[in-house]
Amino acid sequence: MSGLASTSAQLFEELAMPLFDSLYNFAHWLTQNRDEAEDLVQETYAKALRGFSSFQVGTNFRAWMFRILRNTFLTSRTGLRATMTVQLDTDEGATEVAVEAATPETILLERATQEAVQSAIAELPVHFREVLLLCEVEEMSYQEIAETVAVPIGTVMSRLSRARKLLRERLRAQTQTVPSQKGMTHGV
Amino acid sequence: MACESWQAQLDTYLDNELPSEEMKQFDAHVRNCASCAAEALARVQMKRSVRAAGQAFAPSAEFRARMQKRVAQQPRRTGRFAWILAPVAVALLAVVGTTVWERQRGAEQIYGEVADLHVATLASPTPVDVVSTDRHTVKPWFQGKIPFAFDLPELQNTEFSLLGGRMTYLEQVPGAHLIYQVRKHEISVFIFREASLPGHLGTGSRATKETSFSLESWSQGGLRYFVMGDASPADIENLASLFKGSQS
Repeated sequence: MSGLASTSAQLFEELAMPLFDSLYNFAHWLTQNRDEAEDLVQETYAKALRGFSSFQVGTNFRAWMFRILRNTFLTSRTGLRATMTVQLDTDEGATEVAVEAATPETILLERATQEAVQSAIAELPVHFREVLLLCEVEEMSYQEIAETVAVPIGTVMSRLSRARKLLRERLRAQTQTVPSQKGMTHGV
Repeated sequence: MACESWQAQLDTYLDNELPSEEMKQFDAHVRNCASCAAEALARVQMKRSVRAAGQAFAPSAEFRARMQKRVAQQPRRTGRFAWILAPVAVALLAVVGTTVWERQRGAEQIYGEVADLHVATLASPTPVDVVSTDRHTVKPWFQGKIPFAFDLPELQNTEFSLLGGRMTYLEQVPGAHLIYQVRKHEISVFIFREASLPGHLGTGSRATKETSFSLESWSQGGLRYFVMGDASPADIENLASLFKGSQS
């Protein structure tokens, strides 16, 4: 009777609940707001459950869930606002990779506090922020990130590289404001 | 400088995304090149601090409980808007008392089966598979055997003692069966995942008398509990409330 359907609901629970913390963290990073993050996670689970029958067992469930979350976010009001402010890279797809003069970043990073890193991440344009978090926090492979964000791997690499470069620049600016001749830096 | 081409690939290398042959070449290069090694170290530190800083937000306990409940309670037959309709359905059920009549029969049947399980188990020479009075031994025993987790109440300063537990099945649904003792009476506690059981049990707590047994059944946190035995209804109720109190 209802056996088949109930095992699928059960399967969904078993697969989806372990991702709860990660999805919430990611949602909070995207929305930058607790209430919105909760709404987003809730909507993600609702959508995922509805679409669970179309999910193919054996394919990447985690990427699937993150993709639903991010697409839901991007079509939300906050999401639209966030993407609107992004001057999407002119050379998207061209795998431009950042090369900089080798500076002892070790020193500057030691001085960069956790909060400084957090606010630098938060300031990243959303398309950079998401790939960076999926890579560093979720430890997704480039392939998984590409699946989640629905772009080619080359684009994942170039966005990642841009994200890291922006982050380094922000942190460097923050730590160097101390005695330098620069009067004001923007930011906090 | 000579290392530019290496450094252009440094992130990919540190993300472990180069083909394995190139990974090896890179390993060798970094070992011999001070500037690449320094840069690699800096970037690894950067990765670490981003990872640490990136795990900034944890869901509140309240939100987790809410979501857990929603996902676990997924009813089988209902369609897409079940989540939204669930509270409405509960309210309707309370008002339209007549439908309860029909449901009663389904519930009666399940209670009968639970009673059979209780009797059959106690008649067995080895009623429990995990023999222990320690809830910290019994609870983990179920791990991996049943598809959910539950909490067992602290029994200190109560008249109850835990005898042990076993796996059980109700309508082909796996669950936990715990056996308690109070003044020479054995009481069974059955726990199943609510969403797996064929409906009809209602949401509130219910105490009934099945032939010579007392039974209390309720749903909490997505799980369905049955407490049953030939002890007095007051004992059954006490044990049931210990369970209700231990599930947060």
